[in-house]
Amino acid sequence: MGALNNRFQDNVFFTTADSIINWSRKSSLWPETFGIACCAIEMISAGCARYDLDRFGVVFRPSPRQSDVMIIAGTVTRKMAPIVRRLYDQMPEPRYVIAMGTCAISGGVYNTYAVVQGSELFVPVDIHVAGCPPRPEALLHGFVLLQEKITGTKVLRKEIPAVSTMKEVV
Amino acid sequence: MAKKFPLARIIKQHLGKVTVDEKVTDMACVKVGPDDLVELCLYLRDDEAFKFDFMADICGVDFYPDSPRYELVYHLYSISFGWRLRIKCRLDDPPVAPTITAIWTTANWHEREAYDMYGIVFEGHPDLRRIYMWEEFDGWPMRKDFPLRGYKDKYNPFGTEKPAEKSNDKEAS
Repeated sequence: MGALNNRFQDNVFFTTADSIINWSRKSSLWPETFGIACCAIEMISAGCARYDLDRFGVVFRPSPRQSDVMIIAGTVTRKMAPIVRRLYDQMPEPRYVIAMGTCAISGGVYNTYAVVQGSELFVPVDIHVAGCPPRPEALLHGFVLLQEKITGTKVLRKEIPAVSTMKEVV
Repeated sequence: MAKKFPLARIIKQHLGKVTVDEKVTDMACVKVGPDDLVELCLYLRDDEAFKFDFMADICGVDFYPDSPRYELVYHLYSISFGWRLRIKCRLDDPPVAPTITAIWTTANWHEREAYDMYGIVFEGHPDLRRIYMWEEFDGWPMRKDFPLRGYKDKYNPFGTEKPAEKSNDKEAS
């Protein structure tokens, strides 16, 4: 910082409210601390010193009431699905969901009576991170994608409905 | 050196009720009917020559389409002597067996598992409900006529259509 110290006068920055809201949201994505199966090991690894999710502002929180992101890390069994849904319901908005790993995305190899065939059947999913399990880098990439997604959202400004120029094919 | 397992003593004490399963080669194994199961288990636990004080496991087996269709397999262990014993008990359809929770308390959860997976009803069980599957689950998943992908519903779009006539799913409840 030495080169910058005491060089500028007091400044005023101009930006939009949406930009600063989105910037703050994407810079402090706090996920819930829970993992359902083996993908959780990679998630823990991504959070620890080697990959260090903290540098993206991703800090694991012990309560859904303090969380912004739910990482569904692992196979969701039918018995577990209502509990995961309750965790989602307890999160304050805006809330995001990352489906981590093949099982959370589609049920994976567990095409059986006991496993939910994809998390989208009970929660809205924003980001799918593929892999079995995904490497920590893949989860990091998922977070970066989520940050990109948040950057484009409109919070205070009116959402302009997407105009389709194509005629609907009946 | 450990004493030789007195298998003949069990047979002699329960003549006509208990038979040796000759096909089993890895360990001592006896076959018994569901009516004599409790008596045999009590004997094995309390007799000074056996002292089977630890019930290790209860498994269910479905021999569909054979008859009798079901089988229960009990594994006992004697901590005093270091012996193991397997008990097999064939059951008809619908499967009903006496509970042995009064003899070994640990049988409680094992029997709930057999009930959950095979629909085997244990008469006299203090708390016979599902242990792995959720309460509303319909069907007995380890039976051979249960489809692997389960029945189709909201969470399971790849499941099999449930057959129109009611199968033998609910007679137990």
